Amino acid sequence: MAQIKTTGMYKSFPRSGSDTKTSHYCAGCGHGIVHKLIAEALFDLELQDETIIFNPVGCSVFGYYYLDAGHISAAHGRSPSAATGIARTLKDRTIICYQGDGDLGAIGLNSTLQAANRGEHIAVIFINNATYGMTGGQMAPTTLAGMKTRTTPFGRDPLTDGYPLHVCEMINELKAPVYIERVSVADTRRIMKARKAVRKALKIQKENRGYAFVEIIAPCPIGLKSTPLETARFCMEEMEAEFPLVCLRDNSADQPLLPTPKKIVSVKDFFENSGTDLGISTAVPDESFKELRMKFSGYGGQGVLSLGLWLAEAARIDRRFTTWFPSYGPEQRGGAASCAVVVSGRTVGSPDADHPDLLVAMNQVAYERFIGDVLPGGFAFVDLTVPINVEPRAGVRLISVPALKLAEEFGITQSANTVILAAISAFGVSNLSRESLLSSLDAGFRKKPELAIKNKKLFVKAETWIKDQWKSSEVRECESAEIAASEDTAHGTGRGIC
Amino acid sequence: MPLNESGNVNPKQPMPLINAAECKGCERCVEACPAKCLRISDKLNCRGVKAVEYIGKGCTGCGICFYNCPEPYAIVIDKP
Ligand code: SF4
Ligand code: SF4
Ligand code: SF4
Repeated sequence: MAQIKTTGMYKSFPRSGSDTKTSHYCAGCGHGIVHKLIAEALFDLELQDETIIFNPVGCSVFGYYYLDAGHISAAHGRSPSAATGIARTLKDRTIICYQGDGDLGAIGLNSTLQAANRGEHIAVIFINNATYGMTGGQMAPTTLAGMKTRTTPFGRDPLTDGYPLHVCEMINELKAPVYIERVSVADTRRIMKARKAVRKALKIQKENRGYAFVEIIAPCPIGLKSTPLETARFCMEEMEAEFPLVCLRDNSADQPLLPTPKKIVSVKDFFENSGTDLGISTAVPDESFKELRMKFSGYGGQGVLSLGLWLAEAARIDRRFTTWFPSYGPEQRGGAASCAVVVSGRTVGSPDADHPDLLVAMNQVAYERFIGDVLPGGFAFVDLTVPINVEPRAGVRLISVPALKLAEEFGITQSANTVILAAISAFGVSNLSRESLLSSLDAGFRKKPELAIKNKKLFVKAETWIKDQWKSSEVRECESAEIAASEDTAHGTGRGIC
Repeated sequence: MPLNESGNVNPKQPMPLINAAECKGCERCVEACPAKCLRISDKLNCRGVKAVEYIGKGCTGCGICFYNCPEPYAIVIDKP
Protein backbone atom coordinates (compact mmCIF):
# COMPACT_ATOMS: atom_id res chain seq x y z
CA MET A 1 0.00 0.00 0.00
CA ALA A 2 1.44 3.33 -1.06
CA GLN A 3 1.38 6.36 1.12
CA ILE A 4 1.75 10.07 0.63
CA LYS A 5 3.66 11.21 3.66
CA THR A 6 6.46 13.38 4.89
CA THR A 7 9.96 12.26 3.91
CA GLY A 8 13.33 13.82 4.55
CA MET A 9 12.48 14.98 8.05
CA TYR A 10 13.43 13.61 11.42
CA LYS A 11 10.97 11.13 12.86
CA SER A 12 10.34 13.42 15.81
CA PHE A 13 11.51 16.86 16.86
CA PRO A 14 12.90 16.69 20.38
CA ARG A 15 13.62 20.08 21.89
CA SER A 16 14.08 21.47 25.39
CA GLY A 17 13.82 18.06 26.91
CA SER A 18 10.50 17.10 25.35
CA ASP A 19 9.86 14.89 22.38
CA THR A 20 7.22 15.88 19.88
CA LYS A 21 6.14 15.30 16.33
CA THR A 22 4.60 18.76 16.08
CA SER A 23 6.37 21.77 14.58
CA HIS A 24 6.78 24.99 16.55
CA TYR A 25 5.03 26.95 13.81
CA CYS A 26 1.65 28.62 14.26
CA ALA A 27 -1.46 27.08 12.73
CA GLY A 28 -1.53 27.76 9.00
CA CYS A 29 2.07 29.00 8.80
CA GLY A 30 3.73 28.82 5.38
CA HIS A 31 7.06 27.70 6.82
CA GLY A 32 5.75 24.22 7.54
CA ILE A 33 4.49 23.81 4.00
CA VAL A 34 7.83 24.91 2.54
CA HIS A 35 9.79 22.69 4.95
CA LYS A 36 7.85 19.70 3.72
CA LEU A 37 8.60 20.59 0.10
CA ILE A 38 12.32 20.97 0.77
CA ALA A 39 12.50 17.79 2.82
CA GLU A 40 10.69 15.82 0.13
CA ALA A 41 12.97 17.20 -2.60
CA LEU A 42 16.12 16.41 -0.60
CA PHE A 43 14.84 12.89 -0.04
CA ASP A 44 13.79 12.31 -3.66
CA LEU A 45 17.00 13.77 -5.11
CA GLU A 46 19.05 11.77 -2.58
CA LEU A 47 20.71 14.93 -1.36
CA GLN A 48 20.19 14.66 2.38
CA ASP A 49 23.67 13.39 3.18
CA GLU A 50 25.43 16.10 1.22
CA THR A 51 23.24 19.08 2.03
CA ILE A 52 24.06 21.93 4.39
CA ILE A 53 21.16 24.22 5.25
CA PHE A 54 21.71 27.71 6.63
CA ASN A 55 18.84 28.60 8.92
CA PRO A 56 17.94 32.24 9.32
CA VAL A 57 17.22 34.38 12.31
CA GLY A 58 13.46 34.44 12.41
CA CYS A 59 10.62 31.99 12.98
CA SER A 60 12.40 29.29 11.02
CA VAL A 61 15.59 29.60 13.06
CA PHE A 62 14.80 26.08 14.27
CA GLY A 63 14.89 24.56 10.81
CA TYR A 64 17.44 22.12 12.15
CA TYR A 65 14.81 20.48 14.33
CA TYR A 66 12.99 19.27 11.26
CA LEU A 67 15.00 18.82 8.07
CA ASP A 68 17.14 15.72 8.19
CA ALA A 69 20.33 17.19 6.68
CA GLY A 70 23.35 19.22 7.81
CA HIS A 71 22.72 22.64 9.34
CA ILE A 72 24.60 25.82 10.13
CA SER A 73 23.27 29.01 11.67
CA ALA A 74 24.87 32.25 10.52
CA ALA A 75 24.64 35.75 11.94
CA HIS A 76 21.40 37.53 11.09
CA GLY A 77 21.21 37.94 7.33
CA ARG A 78 24.76 36.75 6.67
CA SER A 79 24.06 33.23 5.58
CA PRO A 80 24.89 33.96 1.90
CA SER A 81 28.35 35.08 3.01
CA ALA A 82 28.90 32.12 5.30
CA ALA A 83 27.43 29.84 2.63
CA THR A 84 29.91 31.27 0.11
CA GLY A 85 32.76 29.98 2.24
CA ILE A 86 31.22 26.55 2.60
CA ALA A 87 30.18 26.31 -1.05
CA ARG A 88 33.67 27.21 -2.20
CA THR A 89 35.55 24.90 0.12
CA LEU A 90 33.15 21.95 0.01
CA LYS A 91 32.23 22.00 -3.63
CA ASP A 92 30.51 18.64 -3.61
CA ARG A 93 27.93 19.84 -1.07
CA THR A 94 24.50 21.22 -1.74
CA ILE A 95 24.02 24.49 0.07
CA ILE A 96 20.63 25.96 0.91
CA CYS A 97 20.12 29.39 2.43
CA TYR A 98 16.65 29.40 3.93
CA GLN A 99 15.87 33.02 4.78
CA GLY A 100 12.95 35.23 5.71
CA ASP A 101 12.19 38.72 4.49
CA GLY A 102 13.77 40.42 7.49
CA ASP A 103 16.88 38.26 7.38
CA LEU A 104 17.32 38.42 3.62
CA GLY A 105 15.66 41.66 2.56
CA ALA A 106 16.64 43.95 5.44
CA ILE A 107 19.74 43.24 7.48
CA GLY A 108 21.17 40.77 4.99
CA LEU A 109 20.36 42.43 1.67
CA ASN A 110 23.97 43.28 0.93
CA SER A 111 25.15 39.73 1.57
CA THR A 112 22.30 38.48 -0.59
CA LEU A 113 23.04 40.73 -3.55
CA GLN A 114 26.79 40.21 -3.42
CA ALA A 115 26.46 36.43 -3.30
CA ALA A 116 23.95 36.55 -6.17
CA ASN A 117 26.24 38.83 -8.14
CA ARG A 118 29.12 36.41 -7.66
CA GLY A 119 26.90 33.56 -8.74
CA GLU A 120 27.73 31.47 -5.71
CA HIS A 121 26.63 27.88 -5.92
CA ILE A 122 23.82 28.10 -3.44
CA ALA A 123 20.05 27.74 -3.49
CA VAL A 124 18.34 30.59 -1.69
CA ILE A 125 14.83 29.90 -0.47
CA PHE A 126 13.36 33.27 0.41
CA ILE A 127 10.21 33.22 2.53
CA ASN A 128 8.24 36.40 1.93
CA ASN A 129 5.38 36.75 4.40
CA ALA A 130 5.42 40.55 4.45
CA THR A 131 6.16 40.79 8.16
CA TYR A 132 8.56 40.06 10.98
CA GLY A 133 6.75 37.08 12.44
CA MET A 134 9.00 36.00 15.28
CA THR A 135 9.40 39.40 16.89
CA GLY A 136 5.72 40.20 16.81
CA GLY A 137 4.64 41.46 13.41
CA GLN A 138 6.76 44.54 12.70
CA MET A 139 7.07 46.06 9.24
CA ALA A 140 9.33 44.09 6.92
CA PRO A 141 10.94 45.32 3.69
CA THR A 142 8.22 43.42 1.84
CA THR A 143 5.29 44.80 3.85
CA LEU A 144 2.68 46.11 1.42
CA ALA A 145 1.91 49.81 1.13
CA GLY A 146 -0.93 50.68 3.48
CA MET A 147 -0.50 47.44 5.43
CA LYS A 148 -0.83 47.83 9.18
CA THR A 149 1.88 46.28 11.26
CA ARG A 150 3.06 46.81 14.80
CA THR A 151 5.51 49.46 13.64
CA THR A 152 3.21 50.97 11.01
CA PRO A 153 -0.04 51.23 13.00
CA PHE A 154 -1.55 53.57 10.42
CA GLY A 155 -0.38 51.48 7.50
CA ARG A 156 2.95 51.51 5.67
CA ASP A 157 3.37 54.91 4.08
CA PRO A 158 5.79 54.71 1.16
CA LEU A 159 6.63 58.38 1.62
CA THR A 160 8.24 57.69 4.95
CA ASP A 161 8.63 53.90 5.03
CA GLY A 162 9.63 53.22 1.45
CA TYR A 163 8.02 50.83 -1.00
CA PRO A 164 7.74 47.05 -0.78
CA LEU A 165 11.10 45.60 -1.80
CA HIS A 166 11.14 43.43 -4.92
CA VAL A 167 14.10 41.22 -4.24
CA CYS A 168 13.57 38.85 -7.19
CA GLU A 169 13.55 41.79 -9.56
CA MET A 170 16.71 43.24 -7.99
CA ILE A 171 18.48 39.94 -8.37
CA ASN A 172 17.26 39.76 -11.94
CA GLU A 173 19.39 42.84 -12.65
CA LEU A 174 22.49 40.75 -12.01
CA LYS A 175 24.21 38.63 -14.62
CA ALA A 176 25.35 35.63 -12.63
CA PRO A 177 22.18 34.02 -11.23
CA VAL A 178 20.98 30.98 -13.12
CA TYR A 179 17.44 30.64 -11.87
CA ILE A 180 15.05 33.20 -10.33
CA GLU A 181 11.41 32.48 -9.64
CA ARG A 182 8.68 33.78 -7.35
CA VAL A 183 6.11 31.25 -6.20
CA SER A 184 3.55 30.94 -3.42
CA VAL A 185 2.22 28.29 -1.05
CA ALA A 186 -1.19 29.86 -0.55
CA ASP A 187 -3.24 27.15 -2.26
CA THR A 188 -2.87 23.75 -3.90
CA ARG A 189 -2.10 24.94 -7.44
CA ARG A 190 0.49 27.35 -6.12
CA ILE A 191 2.01 24.79 -3.75
CA MET A 192 2.54 22.42 -6.66
CA LYS A 193 4.37 25.15 -8.62
CA ALA A 194 6.44 25.96 -5.55
CA ARG A 195 7.25 22.27 -5.23
CA LYS A 196 8.62 22.29 -8.77
CA ALA A 197 10.62 25.44 -8.14
CA VAL A 198 12.22 24.07 -4.97
CA ARG A 199 13.14 20.87 -6.78
CA LYS A 200 14.63 22.81 -9.66
CA ALA A 201 16.73 25.00 -7.34
CA LEU A 202 18.08 21.91 -5.59
CA LYS A 203 18.71 20.10 -8.84
CA ILE A 204 20.76 23.09 -10.01
CA GLN A 205 22.84 22.66 -6.86
CA LYS A 206 23.13 18.94 -7.31
CA GLU A 207 24.43 19.48 -10.84
CA ASN A 208 26.62 22.35 -9.71
CA ARG A 209 25.13 24.81 -12.16
CA GLY A 210 25.10 27.96 -10.05
CA TYR A 211 23.00 30.40 -8.08
CA ALA A 212 19.28 29.74 -7.70
CA PHE A 213 16.83 32.07 -6.01
CA VAL A 214 13.26 31.07 -5.16
CA GLU A 215 11.03 33.58 -3.44
CA ILE A 216 8.04 31.95 -1.78
CA ILE A 217 5.05 33.99 -0.72
CA ALA A 218 3.97 32.30 2.48
CA PRO A 219 1.13 33.00 4.87
CA CYS A 220 1.88 34.26 8.38
CA PRO A 221 -1.54 34.34 10.02
CA ILE A 222 -0.14 35.56 13.32
CA GLY A 223 1.72 38.50 11.83
CA LEU A 224 -1.40 39.42 9.90
CA LYS A 225 -3.56 38.90 12.97
CA SER A 226 -5.91 36.88 10.85
CA THR A 227 -7.11 33.33 10.30
CA PRO A 228 -5.09 30.85 8.24
CA LEU A 229 -7.64 30.83 5.43
CA GLU A 230 -8.02 34.61 5.39
CA THR A 231 -4.23 34.96 5.30
CA ALA A 232 -3.99 32.56 2.39
CA ARG A 233 -6.51 34.72 0.54
CA PHE A 234 -4.47 37.82 1.41
CA CYS A 235 -1.40 36.15 -0.09
CA MET A 236 -3.17 35.31 -3.32
CA GLU A 237 -4.93 38.60 -3.83
CA GLU A 238 -3.05 41.42 -2.18
CA MET A 239 0.47 40.03 -2.05
CA GLU A 240 0.36 38.86 -5.64
CA ALA A 241 -0.88 42.26 -6.80
CA GLU A 242 2.42 43.66 -5.54
CA PHE A 243 4.61 40.58 -6.05
CA PRO A 244 3.48 38.77 -9.21
CA LEU A 245 4.25 35.08 -9.37
CA VAL A 246 6.72 34.79 -12.22
CA CYS A 247 9.76 32.91 -13.36
CA LEU A 248 12.18 35.74 -14.14
CA ARG A 249 15.02 33.58 -15.33
CA ASP A 250 15.86 29.96 -15.97
CA ASN A 251 19.21 29.36 -17.64
CA SER A 252 19.74 26.10 -15.85
CA ALA A 253 19.61 24.01 -19.02
CA ASP A 254 22.38 25.87 -20.87
CA GLN A 255 24.49 26.65 -17.82
CA PRO A 256 27.83 24.89 -18.14
CA LEU A 257 28.77 22.54 -15.37
CA LEU A 258 31.32 23.85 -12.94
CA PRO A 259 34.85 22.82 -13.92
CA THR A 260 36.62 20.38 -11.63
CA PRO A 261 37.42 22.31 -8.49
CA LYS A 262 41.01 23.34 -7.88
CA LYS A 263 42.68 21.50 -5.09
CA ILE A 264 42.49 23.41 -1.86
CA VAL A 265 45.89 24.24 -0.39
CA SER A 266 46.03 24.07 3.36
CA VAL A 267 47.49 26.99 5.29
CA LYS A 268 50.33 24.75 6.41
CA ASP A 269 51.16 23.67 2.86
CA PHE A 270 50.92 27.24 1.65
CA PHE A 271 53.52 28.46 4.08
CA GLU A 272 55.75 25.43 3.86
CA ASN A 273 55.89 25.24 0.10
CA SER A 274 55.43 28.73 -1.21
CA GLY A 275 58.87 30.14 -0.55
CA THR A 276 62.45 29.09 -0.37
CA ASP A 277 62.40 28.85 3.33
CA LEU A 278 59.18 30.41 4.54
CA GLY A 279 58.06 28.12 7.29
CA ILE A 280 55.41 28.03 9.93
CA SER A 281 56.39 29.47 13.27
CA THR A 282 59.36 27.80 14.82
CA ALA A 283 59.99 30.53 17.37
CA VAL A 284 61.60 29.39 20.60
CA PRO A 285 60.86 31.23 23.84
CA ASP A 286 63.93 32.97 25.20
CA GLU A 287 63.41 35.26 28.16
CA SER A 288 66.98 36.53 27.96
CA PHE A 289 66.43 38.02 24.50
CA LYS A 290 65.90 41.76 24.69
CA GLU A 291 62.75 42.69 22.80
CA LEU A 292 63.45 45.09 19.96
CA ARG A 293 60.89 47.42 18.46
CA MET A 294 61.73 48.92 15.10
CA LYS A 295 60.18 51.48 12.83
CA PHE A 296 60.95 51.73 9.13
CA SER A 297 59.74 54.87 7.42
CA GLY A 298 60.16 56.77 4.22
CA TYR A 299 58.62 57.39 0.89
CA GLY A 300 56.74 54.73 -1.04
CA GLY A 301 59.19 53.05 -3.41
CA GLN A 302 62.19 53.37 -1.11
CA GLY A 303 61.55 49.84 0.03
CA VAL A 304 60.93 50.51 3.71
CA LEU A 305 58.09 47.98 3.90
CA SER A 306 60.32 45.32 2.34
CA LEU A 307 63.14 46.27 4.67
CA GLY A 308 60.82 45.64 7.60
CA LEU A 309 59.83 42.30 6.13
CA TRP A 310 63.46 41.27 5.79
CA LEU A 311 64.11 42.08 9.44
CA ALA A 312 61.05 40.03 10.40
CA GLU A 313 62.23 37.21 8.15
CA ALA A 314 65.70 37.33 9.72
CA ALA A 315 64.03 37.15 13.13
CA ARG A 316 62.05 34.14 11.98
CA ILE A 317 65.20 32.40 10.77
CA ASP A 318 66.75 33.13 14.17
CA ARG A 319 63.69 31.50 15.76
CA ARG A 320 62.55 34.68 17.42
CA PHE A 321 58.95 35.77 17.75
CA THR A 322 58.24 38.58 15.33
CA THR A 323 55.55 40.76 13.79
CA TRP A 324 55.46 43.07 10.80
CA PHE A 325 52.87 45.79 10.87
CA PRO A 326 52.50 48.23 7.97
CA SER A 327 50.79 51.49 8.73
CA TYR A 328 48.34 53.28 6.48
CA GLY A 329 47.07 56.09 8.64
CA PRO A 330 45.49 59.10 6.95
CA GLU A 331 48.76 60.97 7.45
CA GLN A 332 50.40 58.30 5.33
CA ARG A 333 48.76 59.40 2.10
CA GLY A 334 50.80 61.06 -0.53
CA GLY A 335 53.32 58.31 -0.81
CA ALA A 336 54.58 58.05 2.76
CA ALA A 337 55.11 54.50 3.98
CA SER A 338 56.06 52.95 7.25
CA CYS A 339 56.00 49.69 9.09
CA ALA A 340 56.73 48.47 12.57
CA VAL A 341 58.64 45.26 13.31
CA VAL A 342 58.86 43.69 16.72
CA VAL A 343 61.40 40.96 17.48
CA SER A 344 61.01 39.22 20.77
CA GLY A 345 61.93 36.21 22.85
CA ARG A 346 58.26 35.60 23.60
CA THR A 347 54.90 36.04 21.92
CA VAL A 348 54.58 39.59 20.69
CA GLY A 349 51.81 41.65 22.27
CA SER A 350 51.30 44.86 20.36
CA PRO A 351 52.85 44.74 16.89
CA ASP A 352 53.22 48.52 16.75
CA ALA A 353 56.36 50.46 17.63
CA ASP A 354 55.20 53.78 19.02
CA HIS A 355 58.50 54.14 20.84
CA PRO A 356 61.02 52.28 18.76
CA ASP A 357 64.49 51.20 19.77
CA LEU A 358 65.51 51.45 16.17
CA LEU A 359 64.30 53.89 13.55
CA VAL A 360 65.03 53.93 9.86
CA ALA A 361 64.02 57.17 8.18
CA MET A 362 64.62 57.49 4.48
CA ASN A 363 63.28 61.01 3.98
CA GLN A 364 62.87 64.24 5.86
CA VAL A 365 59.14 63.87 6.49
CA ALA A 366 59.61 60.44 8.04
CA TYR A 367 62.57 61.62 10.09
CA GLU A 368 60.71 64.57 11.54
CA ARG A 369 57.62 62.48 12.16
CA PHE A 370 59.32 59.67 14.09
CA ILE A 371 62.69 60.80 15.46
CA GLY A 372 61.21 62.17 18.68
CA ASP A 373 59.71 58.75 19.45
CA VAL A 374 63.01 56.86 19.52
CA LEU A 375 63.83 55.72 23.05
CA PRO A 376 67.08 56.77 24.75
CA GLY A 377 69.68 54.13 24.04
CA GLY A 378 68.11 53.55 20.66
CA PHE A 379 69.43 54.01 17.15
CA ALA A 380 68.26 56.01 14.20
CA PHE A 381 69.51 55.20 10.73
CA VAL A 382 68.85 58.11 8.42
CA ASP A 383 69.65 58.53 4.80
CA LEU A 384 72.37 61.07 4.30
CA THR A 385 70.09 63.24 2.17
CA VAL A 386 67.89 63.92 5.18
CA PRO A 387 68.64 67.30 6.79
CA ILE A 388 68.96 66.95 10.52
CA ASN A 389 67.02 69.98 11.70
CA VAL A 390 65.32 68.18 14.58
CA GLU A 391 67.47 66.70 17.32
CA PRO A 392 66.77 63.24 18.64
CA ARG A 393 66.20 62.68 22.35
CA ALA A 394 69.26 62.47 24.56
CA GLY A 395 70.99 59.13 24.32
CA VAL A 396 69.79 58.31 20.84
CA ARG A 397 72.50 57.39 18.42
CA LEU A 398 71.96 58.96 15.02
CA ILE A 399 73.70 57.35 12.10
CA SER A 400 73.61 58.83 8.65
CA VAL A 401 74.04 56.37 5.84
CA PRO A 402 74.37 57.43 2.23
CA ALA A 403 72.05 54.59 1.31
CA LEU A 404 70.44 56.08 -1.78
CA LYS A 405 73.83 57.18 -3.06
CA LEU A 406 75.60 53.88 -2.36
CA ALA A 407 72.84 51.90 -4.01
CA GLU A 408 73.21 54.07 -7.06
CA GLU A 409 76.98 53.74 -7.03
CA PHE A 410 76.67 49.98 -6.78
CA GLY A 411 74.31 50.00 -9.74
CA ILE A 412 71.02 48.93 -8.11
CA THR A 413 69.23 52.19 -7.57
CA GLN A 414 66.19 50.52 -6.03
CA SER A 415 68.24 48.93 -3.28
CA ALA A 416 68.83 51.70 -0.76
CA ASN A 417 66.99 49.45 1.68
CA THR A 418 69.62 46.74 1.21
CA VAL A 419 72.29 49.27 2.17
CA ILE A 420 70.36 50.10 5.35
CA LEU A 421 70.04 46.38 6.08
CA ALA A 422 73.81 46.13 5.72
CA ALA A 423 74.21 49.12 8.06
CA ILE A 424 71.98 47.50 10.66
CA SER A 425 74.16 44.42 10.37
CA ALA A 426 77.38 46.40 10.46
CA PHE A 427 76.41 48.22 13.63
CA GLY A 428 75.10 45.01 15.18
CA VAL A 429 72.05 46.75 16.57
CA SER A 430 69.33 44.26 15.71
CA ASN A 431 70.35 41.38 17.99
CA LEU A 432 69.90 39.21 14.93
CA SER A 433 72.64 37.17 13.32
CA ARG A 434 74.39 38.48 10.26
CA GLU A 435 73.65 35.22 8.39
CA SER A 436 69.94 35.60 8.99
CA LEU A 437 69.95 39.23 7.92
CA LEU A 438 71.77 38.27 4.77
CA SER A 439 69.61 35.29 3.92
CA SER A 440 66.43 37.26 4.56
CA LEU A 441 67.15 38.64 1.09
CA ASP A 442 66.62 35.17 -0.38
CA ALA A 443 63.09 35.17 0.96
CA GLY A 444 62.59 38.80 0.00
CA PHE A 445 63.48 38.11 -3.61
CA ARG A 446 62.33 34.52 -3.79
CA LYS A 447 60.42 35.19 -7.00
CA LYS A 448 63.49 36.85 -8.56
CA PRO A 449 66.52 34.81 -7.55
CA GLU A 450 68.88 36.88 -9.72
CA LEU A 451 67.93 39.98 -7.72
CA ALA A 452 68.54 38.08 -4.51
CA ILE A 453 72.11 37.40 -5.63
CA LYS A 454 72.70 41.02 -6.66
CA ASN A 455 71.31 42.37 -3.40
CA LYS A 456 73.32 39.95 -1.32
CA LYS A 457 76.46 41.12 -3.12
CA LEU A 458 75.42 44.71 -2.48
CA PHE A 459 74.83 43.86 1.19
CA VAL A 460 78.35 42.50 1.59
CA LYS A 461 79.97 45.43 -0.23
CA ALA A 462 77.94 48.02 1.64
CA GLU A 463 78.61 46.37 4.96
CA THR A 464 82.34 46.35 4.37
CA TRP A 465 82.28 49.93 3.21
CA ILE A 466 80.28 51.05 6.22
CA LYS A 467 82.52 49.22 8.67
CA ASP A 468 85.59 50.80 7.12
CA GLN A 469 84.06 54.24 7.19
CA TRP A 470 82.83 53.81 10.68
CA LYS A 471 86.21 52.77 11.98
CA SER A 472 87.94 55.62 10.27
CA SER A 473 85.24 57.99 11.38
CA GLU A 474 85.91 57.58 15.03
CA VAL A 475 87.15 61.09 14.68
CA ARG A 476 83.62 61.69 13.45
CA GLU A 477 84.66 62.98 10.13
CA CYS A 478 84.23 61.46 6.81
CA GLU A 479 86.97 61.12 4.28
CA SER A 480 84.77 61.55 1.29
CA ALA A 481 83.90 65.17 0.78
CA GLU A 482 80.51 64.21 -0.68
CA ILE A 483 79.56 62.42 2.44
CA ALA A 484 78.58 64.82 5.10
CA ALA A 485 80.04 64.95 8.52
CA SER A 486 78.32 65.52 11.75
CA GLU A 487 79.09 66.37 15.29
CA ASP A 488 78.18 65.36 18.78
CA THR A 489 75.30 67.28 20.12
CA ALA A 490 75.26 69.08 23.39
CA HIS A 491 73.13 66.26 24.83
CA GLY A 492 75.75 63.72 24.04
CA THR A 493 73.84 62.34 21.11
CA GLY A 494 76.30 60.94 18.69
CA ARG A 495 75.88 61.23 15.01
CA GLY A 496 77.97 58.52 13.53
CA ILE A 497 79.15 59.08 10.06
CA CYS A 498 79.89 56.78 7.29
CA MET B 1 -0.20 8.16 19.27
CA PRO B 2 0.16 5.90 16.26
CA LEU B 3 -0.21 7.56 12.90
CA ASN B 4 -2.74 5.08 11.75
CA GLU B 5 -4.94 5.87 14.67
CA SER B 6 -8.24 4.83 13.22
CA GLY B 7 -6.68 2.34 10.86
CA ASN B 8 -7.80 2.12 7.28
CA VAL B 9 -11.03 0.28 7.53
CA ASN B 10 -11.09 -0.55 3.86
CA PRO B 11 -7.61 -1.09 2.44
CA LYS B 12 -9.00 -1.02 -1.12
CA GLN B 13 -10.04 2.62 -0.71
CA PRO B 14 -7.70 5.59 -0.31
CA MET B 15 -8.12 7.51 2.90
CA PRO B 16 -6.43 10.20 4.96
CA LEU B 17 -4.92 8.94 8.17
CA ILE B 18 -5.09 11.83 10.56
CA ASN B 19 -2.92 12.11 13.61
CA ALA B 20 -5.19 14.38 15.57
CA ALA B 21 -2.53 15.16 18.17
CA GLU B 22 -0.35 16.88 15.55
CA CYS B 23 -3.16 18.84 13.90
CA LYS B 24 -3.38 22.55 14.68
CA GLY B 25 -6.87 22.95 13.26
CA CYS B 26 -5.90 25.55 10.69
CA GLU B 27 -8.52 24.24 8.24
CA ARG B 28 -6.24 24.54 5.23
CA CYS B 29 -6.83 20.90 4.34
CA VAL B 30 -10.59 21.21 4.82
CA GLU B 31 -10.65 24.15 2.43
CA ALA B 32 -8.36 22.44 -0.08
CA CYS B 33 -9.87 18.93 -0.26
CA PRO B 34 -11.60 18.69 -3.65
CA ALA B 35 -13.79 15.82 -2.43
CA LYS B 36 -14.91 17.85 0.58
CA CYS B 37 -14.37 14.86 2.79
CA LEU B 38 -12.57 16.53 5.69
CA ARG B 39 -14.11 18.53 8.50
CA ILE B 40 -13.14 20.10 11.78
CA SER B 41 -14.16 18.02 14.75
CA ASP B 42 -16.22 19.46 17.59
CA LYS B 43 -14.00 17.65 20.07
CA LEU B 44 -10.71 19.08 21.33
CA ASN B 45 -7.51 17.11 20.83
CA CYS B 46 -4.93 16.64 23.57
CA ARG B 47 -3.56 20.12 22.91
CA GLY B 48 -6.95 21.75 23.16
CA VAL B 49 -7.33 22.25 19.42
CA LYS B 50 -10.32 21.22 17.34
CA ALA B 51 -8.50 18.89 14.97
CA VAL B 52 -9.51 17.82 11.52
CA GLU B 53 -11.27 14.51 10.87
CA TYR B 54 -12.23 12.41 7.89
CA ILE B 55 -15.91 12.17 7.22
CA GLY B 56 -15.38 8.51 6.46
CA LYS B 57 -15.92 8.40 2.71
CA GLY B 58 -15.13 10.17 -0.54
CA CYS B 59 -11.32 10.41 -0.39
CA THR B 60 -9.69 9.99 -3.81
CA GLY B 61 -6.14 9.82 -2.45
CA CYS B 62 -5.13 12.96 -4.32
CA GLY B 63 -2.74 14.09 -1.56
CA ILE B 64 -3.86 17.70 -1.74
CA CYS B 65 -4.61 17.88 1.96
CA PHE B 66 -1.13 16.58 2.72
CA TYR B 67 0.63 19.30 0.70
CA ASN B 68 -1.58 22.03 2.13
CA CYS B 69 -0.89 20.99 5.68
CA PRO B 70 1.97 22.85 7.39
CA GLU B 71 2.46 20.05 9.89
CA PRO B 72 4.88 17.28 8.97
CA TYR B 73 3.05 14.47 10.70
CA ALA B 74 -0.63 15.44 10.88
CA ILE B 75 -1.80 13.69 7.71
CA VAL B 76 -0.70 10.62 5.77
CA ILE B 77 -2.63 9.51 2.71
CA ASP B 78 -3.10 5.78 2.37
CA LYS B 79 -3.44 4.67 -1.22
CA PRO B 80 -4.21 1.17 -2.37
S1 SF4 C 1 4.62 34.12 13.41
FE1 SF4 C 1 4.05 33.84 11.30
S2 SF4 C 1 5.86 33.05 10.29
FE2 SF4 C 1 6.18 32.83 12.47
S3 SF4 C 1 5.51 30.76 12.91
FE3 SF4 C 1 3.76 32.09 13.27
S4 SF4 C 1 2.67 32.12 11.35
FE4 SF4 C 1 4.70 31.29 10.94
S1 SF4 D 1 -6.34 12.88 -0.25
FE1 SF4 D 1 -7.48 14.32 -1.46
S2 SF4 D 1 -9.52 13.58 -1.37
FE2 SF4 D 1 -8.45 12.52 0.25
S3 SF4 D 1 -8.82 13.76 2.02
FE3 SF4 D 1 -6.93 14.48 1.14
S4 SF4 D 1 -7.52 16.12 -0.21
FE4 SF4 D 1 -9.36 14.99 0.30
S1 SF4 E 1 -3.95 21.42 7.37
FE1 SF4 E 1 -2.97 20.11 8.85
S2 SF4 E 1 -2.90 21.29 10.71
FE2 SF4 E 1 -4.36 22.27 9.36
S3 SF4 E 1 -6.29 21.42 9.92
FE3 SF4 E 1 -5.52 20.18 8.29
S4 SF4 E 1 -4.43 18.54 9.28
FE4 SF4 E 1 -4.76 20.10 10.79
